Amino acid sequence: MESDIKLIDDNGKRLDGRAPDELRKIKIEVGVLHRAEGSCYLEWGGNKVMVAVYGPKEALPRHTQNPLRAIVNARYNMAAFSVDDRKRPGPDRRSREISKVISEALEKVILLEKFPRASIDVNIEVLNAEAGTRCAGLTAAGVALADAGIPLKDIPVSCAAGKIDGHVVLDLGKEEDNFGDADLPIAISPRTNEILLLQMDGHLTVEEFDKALEMAINGCHIASDIQKKAIMDKYQSAPEVK
Amino acid sequence: MTITPAIKRDYLSKLAEQGKRADGRTFNEFRKIEIETGLIPKAEGSARVKIGNTQVVAGIKILIGTPYPDTPESGAMTTAAELIPMASPDFEAGPPRENAIELARVVDRGIRESKIIEVDKLCLEPGEAIWMVFIDIHIIDFDGNLFDTSSLAALAALHNAVIPIERLRPDLEKLQEKFPSVKKYLEEHPTDYPLPLQEPPISCTSVKYNNVIMIDPALDEEEIAEARLTVATDKNGDIRAMQKGLNGSFTVEEIKKIIKASIDNGVKIREELYKSVGK
Repeated sequence: MESDIKLIDDNGKRLDGRAPDELRKIKIEVGVLHRAEGSCYLEWGGNKVMVAVYGPKEALPRHTQNPLRAIVNARYNMAAFSVDDRKRPGPDRRSREISKVISEALEKVILLEKFPRASIDVNIEVLNAEAGTRCAGLTAAGVALADAGIPLKDIPVSCAAGKIDGHVVLDLGKEEDNFGDADLPIAISPRTNEILLLQMDGHLTVEEFDKALEMAINGCHIASDIQKKAIMDKYQSAPEVK
Repeated sequence: MTITPAIKRDYLSKLAEQGKRADGRTFNEFRKIEIETGLIPKAEGSARVKIGNTQVVAGIKILIGTPYPDTPESGAMTTAAELIPMASPDFEAGPPRENAIELARVVDRGIRESKIIEVDKLCLEPGEAIWMVFIDIHIIDFDGNLFDTSSLAALAALHNAVIPIERLRPDLEKLQEKFPSVKKYLEEHPTDYPLPLQEPPISCTSVKYNNVIMIDPALDEEEIAEARLTVATDKNGDIRAMQKGLNGSFTVEEIKKIIKASIDNGVKIREELYKSVGK
């Protein structure tokens, strides 16, 4: 899309004043819901995302069961009021696709073999959307899974890099997403840097891609530290069991 | 879901360790590609593409519609994919499931984000009337790698497509009474003309199993794959779209290797595409 807006100024400052490799502000709260096994509320810039984890429990309908391992049902859902024009409630093609790629990313880090025939349900509700909701949702899902006590190899974390006005930058904001040249959301397992999710649209040269991927991985590690601190904060303050 | 027999998995893994594939290809080699265009007269554009045994028919319909409120001066496009029961015993009739949705969205994104269709040339009257391009993809024989077969079929069909002035002349004449710009448009375009297109990016899919990476997976290979990556590259070797799938992971080095193989194969497939559409 063409635009007259200058997304990055001559000093390398972006519309919201961030440097090219700077994330928006991330705030994570753990265990915010009563009924869910594990939960997480996450704010990432203007994004507000709530995640609830249920399970492991018997997978239903039964034909979805896998006799050897658990299945992961991530359900990404945008609230009707989360965007400028009201979004029609219910799953659409976009949210089904995002649910699928998030489920697949989470399956890689969960010890699924421990729970044959079970399902682990990860409900991701986007309450306020402002570019990068799938990254926010997956990052929150990682925290909620840990909070639910689901055995994990690692806490998955997600972040995007992109290109605006010819510059590779970290974590696109709303205008940058709308008028930028490319968007590259990824999710990694931070312990090993294995890539769990990767999508890209727009236009990047191979060099720009390498730079964007490196930047996104760095962003993931920053977000990962915030995830871990949030989890530690909750469980450190819990009374010790004698 | 098909349970691939353990025997087949062992066989393919052992072959891979020796650097081989069941059909004799190297890891960086596509199956044979066949492209036929213009086979459906009722459609504005059509193509049948075969990659190995996988066969896909794509059809383009172009209609007059009203623009979306946020883009009043540009045409519109949508992509839908149907995994019809004809193609595989595992496909069921009915509304598209998540596999068909992911497929349609990945193909759609490859076409939309790389701006192959010059939508700004598809406006008849700003805010009132535009050309809408519908890309419908039918999978008729499924032997793996639907992403690449479907996007190549969509591209070939788009190159074969014409703006249907003749067929819609009565509607256009009605419109020109209301809007002078349509009258001017009809004078400039008295008859059917090719859909305005730009250079297309070519999509190449690779899969990983047992730490081996191979391009253009056949069904057997796809069934035992741990991770999948689709990369669309353009004429200059730039990346225009990517999608990772399945629950396995890739290292950064593996991704770079896949990008290189996608660029190399993209060059060859682009030649095939141009040859088939007479460009």
